Amino acid sequence: MDLFFVILVEILYAIASLALISAGLAVVFGMMKVINLAHGEFIMLGGYTTITAVNLGVNVFIAMLIIAPLVVGLIGLLIERLIIRHLYGRLVDTMLATWGLSLFLVGMVTMIFGNTTTSITTPISGFAVGGYQVNGYNFFIIFIASVILTGMYAVLTTTRFGLIARGAMQRPDIAAALGYSPDRIYMATFFCGSALSGLAGAVLAPLVGLVPTSGAAYIAKAFITVIAGGPSLIVGLISSSSLFGLVNQVFTFAVSPVFGEVALLVAAVILLRLLPQGVTGRFFKGRM
Amino acid sequence: MTGLWRKQDLPVLVIALIGIWLLPFIISTYTLTVLMVYGMLGLSLGLIWGFGGILCFGQAAFFGLGAYTYAIAAINTGESTAPMLLAIIVPAAFAALLGAMIFYGQLTDVYLGVITLVVTLILFRLMNSTAGPQYVIGNARLGGFNGIPGFHTLNIPGQPDRFIWGDGLYHVCAFALLIVFFFVTWLLRTSFGRIAVGIRENETRISLMGYDVRARKTILFSIGAAIAGLAGALFANWGEIVTPGLFSLGQSAEIIIWCIVGGLGTRFGPIIGAAGLAYLKFLLGQQAVIDNAIIMGLILVVFVLFLPKGVVPAVVSLWHSVFGRRAARRKTRQRRARTGWTPHA
Repeated sequence: MDLFFVILVEILYAIASLALISAGLAVVFGMMKVINLAHGEFIMLGGYTTITAVNLGVNVFIAMLIIAPLVVGLIGLLIERLIIRHLYGRLVDTMLATWGLSLFLVGMVTMIFGNTTTSITTPISGFAVGGYQVNGYNFFIIFIASVILTGMYAVLTTTRFGLIARGAMQRPDIAAALGYSPDRIYMATFFCGSALSGLAGAVLAPLVGLVPTSGAAYIAKAFITVIAGGPSLIVGLISSSSLFGLVNQVFTFAVSPVFGEVALLVAAVILLRLLPQGVTGRFFKGRM
Repeated sequence: MTGLWRKQDLPVLVIALIGIWLLPFIISTYTLTVLMVYGMLGLSLGLIWGFGGILCFGQAAFFGLGAYTYAIAAINTGESTAPMLLAIIVPAAFAALLGAMIFYGQLTDVYLGVITLVVTLILFRLMNSTAGPQYVIGNARLGGFNGIPGFHTLNIPGQPDRFIWGDGLYHVCAFALLIVFFFVTWLLRTSFGRIAVGIRENETRISLMGYDVRARKTILFSIGAAIAGLAGALFANWGEIVTPGLFSLGQSAEIIIWCIVGGLGTRFGPIIGAAGLAYLKFLLGQQAVIDNAIIMGLILVVFVLFLPKGVVPAVVSLWHSVFGRRAARRKTRQRRARTGWTPHA
């Protein structure tokens, strides 16, 4: 029973962290059809921002939940204005430019913080379930991920901004004719996507030893989660991260963590081969 | 292959031979060897992406696979001829399987990119986790993160004791690159090559004309992997160690950068881009002021934004606009002189 509970928490945690690292990319790719390969580096920047802020004496939760999203969002905004807005509609070119950007960001962070591992301690302590130790911070991750997903759903379906954003993604010309500048909407959407990535990096920062190249570990997973999710933003995100999180943890417990990782990747390849339009391209069509 | 030989091949061959002879006077052969290997790797992606329209995010997988195949086979056989061949065959077969899975599933652009990227990551993770004596293939321990050192390097075929190294290895790599270059040139002149370009331009039209697009793409993908595998085997001989770093995303990214900077849809572009940028990286590695990745990243961003066609096409069009016009004017003058026509008449 205790083991069952521990495994359940671990699976939920794996799903939540996948959803968390993919949310920013889902907004940017799902809504703007821009593949941001620097997404992993945005997450990494969120982590570094948090650690720097905490070392300067800021409360860890303020640093994670407010400062990091803002800082990374602003960096994203700058990047959108300088590079990405010139490349809308050119899928492969945006991929390449953002890949260059990711190298650039890794280089910059290496120069500033050095090529060493930095970390902060977990702010929530663990507790025991029967004979097993459970990391209390895992519940925090699960909580944040569900808040983010609910929040995204609420913003997109119930607010005016969500409506305008969804409209502009479908038909920028009609949105422009109605008096909404697509340029501004793209800018705001990219800001939101970057801020979500920053938040993900910040929340995950206490769990990982951060190095400048940490982003590479996230990008592939986030990328396949979003692509496998398909056209519906939130339902796709939930379904694909549930599937991959489950596969990952089951194989991690059954064999080894490395094998869990590999099983996740193999599952992604098989899924893409069977459903090239993603999960929501076949099921849950037309949902948000 | 006489039917494929063209007049313009001769100057290329002569210049290449002179280059192979002269370059060691400027750059050490040790550095040159790896530049040639990278040139070949760049050409492998240049062929499938520039001419076949297949953007593979995991060309490093085939490079690494070639290197690992060579190392493992060389440890087990104690000579180098069969391992070299295996290092070409194994990546090609692997790519044929992977390509068949992708192309017969009608997956294109983004999905193709994701799958090739994921496969590279799988290989990277698997190779990284093979530390320990239980992971062996024949006599070769896979060595996990530390890779495989101390395998038998290139020897003269049939004589395992006579090693090819130093200047000899440079010449082998340079001539291998030359052969691969002409192989690619001729391949593109065959009907297979011309149809591959047609598929890049308009896949639907080519398939409606009755060609099996899926099979052709798979074969082209496999040829690209074979070239990358050969480059990997030569790299293993140069470095005398193979590590999982060969499969890394950074390596794949670099190959794409070479092609973009050098020029897609050209044969020289990826080679020049690869050798040029690798040499630049080598020079940058000797200073500690600015991080390497910053420069590489900036180069990619700047090229995508301002020179998306790459260096070689830009130089060619500049050449044409300067010399082409002059030649055309001269020809017009000659024709007018011959016919006695004047502009004001």
